[in-house]
Formats: sequence, structure tokens, C-alpha cells
Amino acid sequence: MLQKNPQLNKHGELIHLLSIEGLPRAVVHGILDTAGTFLSVNDREVKKVPLLRGKSVFNLFFENSTRTRTTFEIAAKRLSADVINLDIAKSSAAKGESLLDTIANLSAMHADMFVVRHSESGAPYLIAQHCAPHVHVVNAGDGRHAHPTQGLLDMYTIRHYKHDFTNLTVAIVGDIVHSRVARSDINALTTLGVPEIRAVGPKTLVPGDLKEMGVRVCHDMIEGIKGADVIIMLRLQNERMSGAMLPSAGEFFKNYGLTQEKLAHAKPDAIVMHPGPINRGVEIDSSVADGKQSVILPQVTFGIAVRMAVMSTIAGNTA
Amino acid sequence: MSTLHLDAEALYTDLLSGVRGLLPPNAALVGIWSGGAWLAERLQRDLKLPGEIGVISSALHRDDFSSKGLSSADPTKLPFEIEGRPIVLIDDVLYTGRTTRAVINELFDFGRPASVTLAVLVDRGGRELPIHPAYSAARIALPPGHKLRLARDEAGRFSFDIQEGA
Repeated sequence: MLQKNPQLNKHGELIHLLSIEGLPRAVVHGILDTAGTFLSVNDREVKKVPLLRGKSVFNLFFENSTRTRTTFEIAAKRLSADVINLDIAKSSAAKGESLLDTIANLSAMHADMFVVRHSESGAPYLIAQHCAPHVHVVNAGDGRHAHPTQGLLDMYTIRHYKHDFTNLTVAIVGDIVHSRVARSDINALTTLGVPEIRAVGPKTLVPGDLKEMGVRVCHDMIEGIKGADVIIMLRLQNERMSGAMLPSAGEFFKNYGLTQEKLAHAKPDAIVMHPGPINRGVEIDSSVADGKQSVILPQVTFGIAVRMAVMSTIAGNTA
Repeated sequence: MSTLHLDAEALYTDLLSGVRGLLPPNAALVGIWSGGAWLAERLQRDLKLPGEIGVISSALHRDDFSSKGLSSADPTKLPFEIEGRPIVLIDDVLYTGRTTRAVINELFDFGRPASVTLAVLVDRGGRELPIHPAYSAARIALPPGHKLRLARDEAGRFSFDIQEGA
């Protein structure tokens, strides 16, 4: 007997999005297909659809992220929801209120959906377990655990440019050990049947257990991106530099920064992705970030459509 | 009702002359996904109309979203300006009128058409909204639980798929 996945109802439909791990392939493809529909909403005279009219979406960002919060806000507004942004880091949490008390209070304000960013892995699960049955939860990034909407928008981007997952080589480069994006991408790529996933980075930043997930670990950048169809660069966080995990930004760029010269080892039609915000000259050279193989800005546009797809999918299913 | 026999090909011939008779100048055909889109495609060819048809989906405006969730359908594709254009909506089966209501809302998200007309292959009654087709090739009565929809084979020939309800 399979352990119950808290994201799915008894019919196997998505009611929360907490992690890509354990989602059936059909559910993932369903979200990507729906996102395709929402992408074309931008071409309309009226750039809004009424699916979440009368619903309240609460953005709960216990950890700051202006960009992710903004894309969720735009997505919810395009679905006609009312959006309430709570800068929790500066309010209730600072006053000592517990997470579940905060949720109980916001539920009393008739919230229909919580979009949660939290520095603790598992916080969105806890909320999903304790909220009312009609309330839906979207994980907008929890600790080092998962960032499923980023994973899904990365899959949408790959599908848009490469059409099929089953013949691809995908290299994920940089600080993998601290990256919830990398974890969500690996789960999604595996679910969608990508035959070769590579994790590329220095020993201090690539976890050893990735091999068990079927990922090939490379500590040499050229070897890691050789023949790749897709290169996903990760953001190197400044605090890693001071934490003795890396000698210096310059040293990292020399070994793992994506330059035109290194990119030439990937397939000629390889695409370059990055979850943003980018550190020019640290993990990626400007000429690559702004180059013709870069799809970093389309990722942002696709991200709104994917978040619309996630929110409308879960809002339409009942616990 | 299980003996009901509907010849979709014969009804299509009637629909063709019906639509020909009501087509305003400069009109654009818009088929409701999926059966209506097949009909509109063939009408466009048989009426020798220039350009492409539009395909419209009710998914984003359905009134049963909160109970049934998002319905899967091809997205709306209107490869022409609808502002000021007479639009003829084509559907295979008209029943409660709720799908028609949803696609009219969808249409207006793209602009303000000069007029909207509805032509259908079969009107099965049972309306729950004040919607009336300008043309229907057949009018039949079916018990509420029955499902009736158009099917299309590889050669492009139409038939009806009838499922009896409980």
C-alpha cells in the first residue's frame, strides 16, 4: 500500500502543490498543458480569466523574495483572485506568533489559498495538514527542500524548446547542495523520463547521494556540459563564499562559470536557463546570459502561466 | 430512446445550407471545441470562405469550475481580429446553453464582435439559459442522463456517439 501523498485527493487529483516528488507524470503534463492555455491569455484584449473570482489568495512569505512573490501575485490576479501580500517576516512571526496560529488567524479571514515561502523545509506541509479542507496550499520554496513551481516552469521551458523529454541530456550546474530548485528540477526531470541528468559543481556543493537518484555527478565543468541539450545554471548565494565552502567568486567563475567558450562544448542548439536573479561574472558570463542560447527571460514569462496553471488546477479540485 | 437514429452526415448537409442562408457578409466561423470546431472546419471548406476558422474553448469561463475543476480542451485560437466582425458560432449539440454562455464570454475577452449568431447540428432541448440557435439541423428530445456528442473518423466523416445515462 502506497503512503498517501498529501498533495492528492482520493481521485488522484492535485489539491496542494508541495513538491514534484511523487507526482504522477500525467499530473505534471496536465499542468504544463494548462500553462500553455494561460500563456495565450496575454494576447487577449482582456488579460484576465474569471476562474478564481471571489477567492482570496494569501501570499505568505516568511522569507523574502520579491520576484517569486510578484509572479504569484500577477498569476493570481490574472485568474481574478483577490491577493493579499503578507510580509510575515516583519509582522506576526517577529511578534512570536506560531506558524499554526498565524494560519488559523488568516483562515478566519476567509483565505482560500496560501502561497508559502519559508526557510524551514516542510513548513508548507504542516500548513496543508492543518488548514480547512477547502483551503489550498502552494509551496513557493521551503528551506533546501523544494521549489515546485520553479521546477514546473523549468519543465515548461524545456518542453517549449525541446518538445520531448525522453532523448535529452540536462546539466544542472553550481551550488546544488543548497538548492531547492535543483532538487525540484531533478524530481521533475526524472518523472518526465529524461535519460541523462548531470549535476555539475565542486565537491563541497554537490551532495553525494545524488547518484542514488540516477543523477551523474561531474566535478569537471567541460565533462559535465559536454553534449548537453539543456544547461540549468544555479544562483551562487553570496553567503556560501564566506562560509568556507568556496575559495572566492573569481575562482568559482573560472571553474564553473558559464562562458561562451565552455558553452561551445554543449550541443550547438543547447538552451541556457537560470532561475534568477543572476550573478553576472559569478556563475554566468554576461555574453551567455544575454546571448542567443539564453532563455532566462522567457522562463520568467512562462513562470506566470505555470503558476496560473497550478493555482487553477488545485482550486478546481476538492479534498 | 436507444433506437434513436441520427445520420450526422445527412444533418451536416442541412447545416451547410442553413449556415449558407444566414451568413452575414464578412462573417467569421468560430467552432466550439471539439465537435463544433470539426464542423466549422468543414463548413469553411464547403462554403469556400477565405482564411482560417476560429476555435473557441469554454474551459476558462465554465460555471461548473468550482465543482468539476478545469476541463481539458484545446485553447481558444482566433487567428483574426474579431472587433467589429460578425461571428457565427458553430456547435455540434446544443443542450443547457451553459457552454454557449461560457464561449460568448470567452469571445468578448478578445474584443467586441459586430454580432454573434449560433448554428448547431442538433438541438436537444433542455435549455437552462435564454439561448436560442439561429439554425439547428435537427431537434430531438433526450432524457437528461444521456450524453450525445459528435464523433469524426479518420476519413473526416461524422457520426453521433450516444451514451445512455443511468
